[in-house]
Amino acid sequence: MPDVIPSIRQKTSRVALVGNPNTGKTALFNSLTGLRQRVGNYPGVTVARKSGLLKLPQATVEIVDLPGTYSLAAASLDERIVVDFLSGHLPGVERPDAVICVADATQLKKNLFLVSQVAETGLPMVLVLNRWDAACRQGLEINTHLLSERLGIPVVAAIATQKGGVRNLLPAIEAMLHEPQRMRPITWPDCVDRATAILRSRLPVDLRRTLSEVELHRILFDAKSAVLSRIPWPEEERRRILEEARAEIQRAGYNPMAAEALLHYEHLSAVTEGVISQRGDLQRGPTESIDRLLMHRGWGLLIFLAIMYVVFLSVYTWASPFMDVIEWAKGRVQEAVGPALAGAPILQSLVTNGAIEGVGAFLVFLPQILILFFFIALLEDTGYMARAAFLMDRMFGWCGLNGKSFVPLLSSYACAVPGILATRTIEDPKARLVTILIAPFMSCSARLPVYVLLIGAFIEPRHGSFVASLVLFAMHFVGLAAAIPTAFLFNRVLFRTPSQPFVLELPSYHVPQMRGVLWRMSQSGLEFVKRAGTVIFAITIIVWALLYFPRPTAVEEEATRRFFAREAVAAAVSPADLEAALDREGAQPEGLAAGLEHEIDRAYLEQSFLGRFGRAVQPLFDPAGFDWRITIGVLASFPARELIVSTLGVTYSLGGDVDEADPNLRTALSHTRWPAGSARAGQPVYTLPVVVGIMVFFALCSQCGATLAVIARESHTGWAVFSFFYMTVLAWLGAVLCYQAGSLLA
Amino acid sequence: MSPPASPGPTLAALPVGALARIKSVDPSQRAGQRLMTMGLLPGIEIKLVQVAPFGDPLAIEFDGRRLSLRRREAAGVLLEPI
Repeated sequence: MPDVIPSIRQKTSRVALVGNPNTGKTALFNSLTGLRQRVGNYPGVTVARKSGLLKLPQATVEIVDLPGTYSLAAASLDERIVVDFLSGHLPGVERPDAVICVADATQLKKNLFLVSQVAETGLPMVLVLNRWDAACRQGLEINTHLLSERLGIPVVAAIATQKGGVRNLLPAIEAMLHEPQRMRPITWPDCVDRATAILRSRLPVDLRRTLSEVELHRILFDAKSAVLSRIPWPEEERRRILEEARAEIQRAGYNPMAAEALLHYEHLSAVTEGVISQRGDLQRGPTESIDRLLMHRGWGLLIFLAIMYVVFLSVYTWASPFMDVIEWAKGRVQEAVGPALAGAPILQSLVTNGAIEGVGAFLVFLPQILILFFFIALLEDTGYMARAAFLMDRMFGWCGLNGKSFVPLLSSYACAVPGILATRTIEDPKARLVTILIAPFMSCSARLPVYVLLIGAFIEPRHGSFVASLVLFAMHFVGLAAAIPTAFLFNRVLFRTPSQPFVLELPSYHVPQMRGVLWRMSQSGLEFVKRAGTVIFAITIIVWALLYFPRPTAVEEEATRRFFAREAVAAAVSPADLEAALDREGAQPEGLAAGLEHEIDRAYLEQSFLGRFGRAVQPLFDPAGFDWRITIGVLASFPARELIVSTLGVTYSLGGDVDEADPNLRTALSHTRWPAGSARAGQPVYTLPVVVGIMVFFALCSQCGATLAVIARESHTGWAVFSFFYMTVLAWLGAVLCYQAGSLLA
Repeated sequence: MSPPASPGPTLAALPVGALARIKSVDPSQRAGQRLMTMGLLPGIEIKLVQVAPFGDPLAIEFDGRRLSLRRREAAGVLLEPI
């Protein structure tokens, strides 16, 4: 075999970056590729594919940052990606030309386990001993020359977090591409070779040639290998073949499930013999004493709650001035652009109420996302996140979540969008999915206007401010109360696959690297805009169209006639006089023009597709005591909950600019009665059971296009659809229950 | 190599702060395989560092590495006194 990578002259070579978690692999990736990064997904799965370009003097290299993993045993999706990618069996993705293995110099032997597995792929490799500075501080001396000689590949020391700390790596990568060197793999005892041969002979002919030795070892050694899913062995036959192959290992005196770890570590003990030496006493650093405080049953929990309080408060309150600025800027742009398009009303509405509104709809999430990810990056970078998961695991573990669900769920109390993005810190895919599915139940800040409007209009006047604040407080737990049994149910019924063991490394504490933290923060914001922005934009445009069309002029004429007839009676003049008054410039009766405009808006809303749909499905909401206005309000707020306030404003001819504290809107609501001809004619619509029912509906319903867009991006579109339906059904049930039970009691 | 018939003391029962040596790790559990890949092997000295506020999970230290694992998983790690 000509030992030069053939692709090097024709195209960019591709190099995979592989290593354990907590080795500083991401920092290394960032310092190699700088700003030239791209984030995508591997085909068909939701594991993020991060790649970037590295410019070398004589070549450009694409570096692919693979998920951090301790072994090639494909227990999780992340690990499976690593095996499939390295063996070239990821659909639509070419095999890499070479591998950079990253190891933590302070944990060399344990890190070499993965390196030794990767060596079996036969790919050219270079080994990076990162965190070299920490190793020096601990008094560790590592003979890189000797290690390089024993492994047969270049070994480079690096400090990825330091400027110029990867300098030595660049020539090594260049050399690896021109004169590839392959690591000397472990020599297996005969029993393993015999077992592998048995497996290979039982494979279908086409797979016999394509399946690599590494993949066969995965099938042989892993309790339940993901590689098996590619082989069409029937269940019974598979069990027999595996038993037959593993019997070979058993006969040689090894437990087949333990053999790989024992043999690899035995091999690595020989490889590292004399390579690592300790100068003086081992300097453990401050980790032990910090842990004594931060993981303490009492103090640790208190400090944890204090830190989480700061994180929550920051996302909840620090973001709001920035969000206000975005809202303000959106308003300015709408005001500036609107008049320019006055000649074309449809285009004007499309641009101002559709397009500009749509851009604002996703930009407004950015402050919260950036602030949350600043803290997440900080917590992960320092090593505290693992401790937080340790402290919280018991509280979440019983219903299928784990300790890492805490931060995403807490953040969802501000907004589910950053909260769902934050689930990326959960390695167990099942726990991650359950967390994603219940995150939208947390009472986000967009539900607040609904609660404030209804509590302010109905509960505070009748029951006083103490009860009002109590109800507001209680509303924040309605979603949580639904989320916990839901998580338990999903875990038991929906996902029958066993949970992953919760084995979590507690890395040594680090001083966080601001450059890296800010980088992570800006990346998460950028990614959100790129991946979810278009969907949120599209949803805004669609709902705009449903509210705008159809728009026959007859509607406007009819509304105008109705308006003048009514106002004329009130003012005891003729309708013609009133119309004339409106035409006279300067001397308009107070609020007349605005009143007319609101009347027309209302008429168009009632005539719109959404308005008609609202009336059509109103019977569905009858058991919850909703009238057509509430139903339209509920439907119009599916893109975003807070829209109900402005929609109700329009249906009461108060215009769309009302807010939740508007006294006119509150009065209008409390005076609403069922019209003559209905079963409840003359009775008030907003009774206590209805008011509580509406609030419960908003607490449980999936009324947020942005959240659904993010669920679809982070898991699968199917899950977004599922989430939409089960939450909406649950919300309906909750509202009906409130109304029916409340009416019975009354 | 394989776990003995009569189970001895396990990691799940180790008191906080105590040291012990690993006798065997049950590899038939997925957690067992994972722990072994992470370097938790027979003969290694292990220390129980801390128990979480609600009694689970545990934090252990061995060979300079700190790990957190649940009691259920720790029950598959058999110990012998040093």
